[in-house]
Amino acid sequence: MDIYINIAYLVAAVCFIYGLKMLSHPKTARNGNLISSFGMLVAIIATLAIPGNLNWMLIAAGIVVGSIIGAFFAIRVQMTQMPQLVAIFNGFGGAASALVACSEFLKISDGSTFTLIAISLSIIVGTLTFTGSFIAFGKLQGFVSGQPITFTGQQFLNALLALVIIGSTVMMIMGVEPMIAFYVIVGLAALLGIFLVIPIGGADMPVVISLLNSYSGVAAAMTGFVLVASNPAAGNALIICGSLVGASGIILTKIMCKGMNRSLANVIFGAVGGEVEGGGGSGKEVNIKSYSTEEAAMIFDAAEKIVIVPGYGLAVAQAQHGVRELAEHLESMGKKVLYAIHPVAGRMPGHMNVLLAEANVPYEQLKDLDEINPEFEDCDVALVLGANDVVNPAARSDQSSPIYGMPILNVDKARTVIINKRTMNAGFAGIQNELFGYDNSIMVFGDAKDMLTQLLSDIKEL
Amino acid sequence: MDITIITIFVLAIFVGFEIITKVPPTLHTPLMSGSNAISGIAIIGALLATQLEGSVAMWLGFVAVVFAMINVVGGFMVTDRMLKMFKKKK
Repeated sequence: MDIYINIAYLVAAVCFIYGLKMLSHPKTARNGNLISSFGMLVAIIATLAIPGNLNWMLIAAGIVVGSIIGAFFAIRVQMTQMPQLVAIFNGFGGAASALVACSEFLKISDGSTFTLIAISLSIIVGTLTFTGSFIAFGKLQGFVSGQPITFTGQQFLNALLALVIIGSTVMMIMGVEPMIAFYVIVGLAALLGIFLVIPIGGADMPVVISLLNSYSGVAAAMTGFVLVASNPAAGNALIICGSLVGASGIILTKIMCKGMNRSLANVIFGAVGGEVEGGGGSGKEVNIKSYSTEEAAMIFDAAEKIVIVPGYGLAVAQAQHGVRELAEHLESMGKKVLYAIHPVAGRMPGHMNVLLAEANVPYEQLKDLDEINPEFEDCDVALVLGANDVVNPAARSDQSSPIYGMPILNVDKARTVIINKRTMNAGFAGIQNELFGYDNSIMVFGDAKDMLTQLLSDIKEL
Repeated sequence: MDITIITIFVLAIFVGFEIITKVPPTLHTPLMSGSNAISGIAIIGALLATQLEGSVAMWLGFVAVVFAMINVVGGFMVTDRMLKMFKKKK
C-alpha cells in the first residue's frame, strides 16, 4: 500500500510543477490551474487511503466547512480586492502548517533534535505568516491605517522577540520546560508577525504580500520536515510543494523590489511609503496647462499611436471599462493603441493586468516596462490615468528624489502626454511630479470614469 | 535519511525558480493565488493530525483541515475565475 501512496504523492508533485509551467502563457494557464487542482485532489485521496484510524466525521466536517468558506470568498471577491484575498488565504495556509506542527508536537513524547527544530521553525514561520497576513489584509481593506506605524525601539523589540524565540527553541530541544517553551514560541511568533507588518506603508504592500506568499510555502516545507519522521511520503510531498511556493514568492518579491528600486531590507525596516512626507516634497512650483475634454479629443483625433498608462487610481474609479471603450473606438478609427503596465501598478504583482482583463482588454495589448519604453519615442499621445510616481521623470534625473533610480515609464518621451487626475495631490510617495509642468504635458482634471465617458463622446462628435 | 530530504528540498527550490521565472508579468496575480493554493498542501498533514481520538492534537488537526481547505478551494477557484478573463483579441 505504501508504495502506491508514495506514487500518488509523486503524481501530485508532478501535476503542481506541470501546472505552474503551463502558467507561462495565458493560453495554457487555465488548464495549468486545473492540472494543479487535480494534483491536490490526488494528494488528498492518497492521504485518506493511508491505513490508520482517521477520524472520518471530523475530516468530512472540516473539508465541507473549509470548502464552503473558500468557495464563498473566491466567488464573491471583487478583482480590486484580490490583494486582500490573497493575503488572507496566505494567512490561512501559514496557520494550517503551524497547527499541524503544533499537533505533532503534542503527539510525540520525545522527538529528535531535527524534528524539534523543524517543529519550531514551522510554528514560527506559519504563525507569523498568519498574524502578518491579517495585518496586511487590514491595511489593504482600510481596517488598519495604511500609514507606517512606528515607535522607538521597534527594531530592538523585534530583535528581542527573535532572541527569546530562539532561546525557547533551545529549551524545547533540551527538554527544559518544553510546554512553556512551546507556548512562548507560538505567542511571540504571533506578535512578531504583527510587528513586522505594521511599520510597512500602503504603497509597499505588493512586496509584503509576495513575501507572505513565500512564507506560507516555507511554512509548508518546514511542516514537511516535521512529518518525515512519522510519515516520510507525506513529508516529502509537503517539502516539494512548499519549496515551489517559497521560490515563487521570493521571485515575485524580488521583482517588486526591483520595480521600486528598493532593497528588501529597506522595504521591511525602512517604514516609508506613507501618503505624505513633509507636505509635498521639493516645493518646486510647476506651471500646468489644464485642458477640457473637447480640446483633448482633438489631440486624440490627430494621433496615430496611443499608449495608455493605467495606475491604481483607475481601478479605484472603476474606470477600466471606460478605458476599453475609448481604446476600442480609437482602434476602429485606425489608430494603434497599447497599454503600458508598470510592475508596481496596482496593489500586488500583475494586479493591473487582471483588472484590465476583467474589462475585456485583450492581453496582447498589455506591455510591460521593458517592452513599452522604446515605444514612447514615436508615440503621439501617452494617456496617463491615475498613475503618478511610476511616470515621474525625477526618478531618472533628480538624485535627491526619494524615488530616484526607480524604473519608470518614459511617457515624457511621447509627443503629447495627457494626464488625468482628480486633483493636484502628490502620489503615494508624497512627492510632486515635475512631468505635469513639462511643455508637452496637458492636464485633464476630473474623475477618471466621467472624464473617459466625456472624452469618448467628444471624440465621436468631432 | 536527513540528507535525502534536504536534497529533495534543495532540488525542489531550484525547480521552483526555473519554472516560475518563465511566468510573464501579466500572469503574476494568478501565479500568486495559484501557488498559494498549492501551499494548502498542508492539508495532507492536517488530515493525518486528526488521528488521535479526543486529544487536543486532534482538534488542532481539525482546525488545520478547515484552514487548509479554505486555502485550497478558495485559491484554485479564484485563480480559475481570473484566468477565465484573459482573452485573446477577437
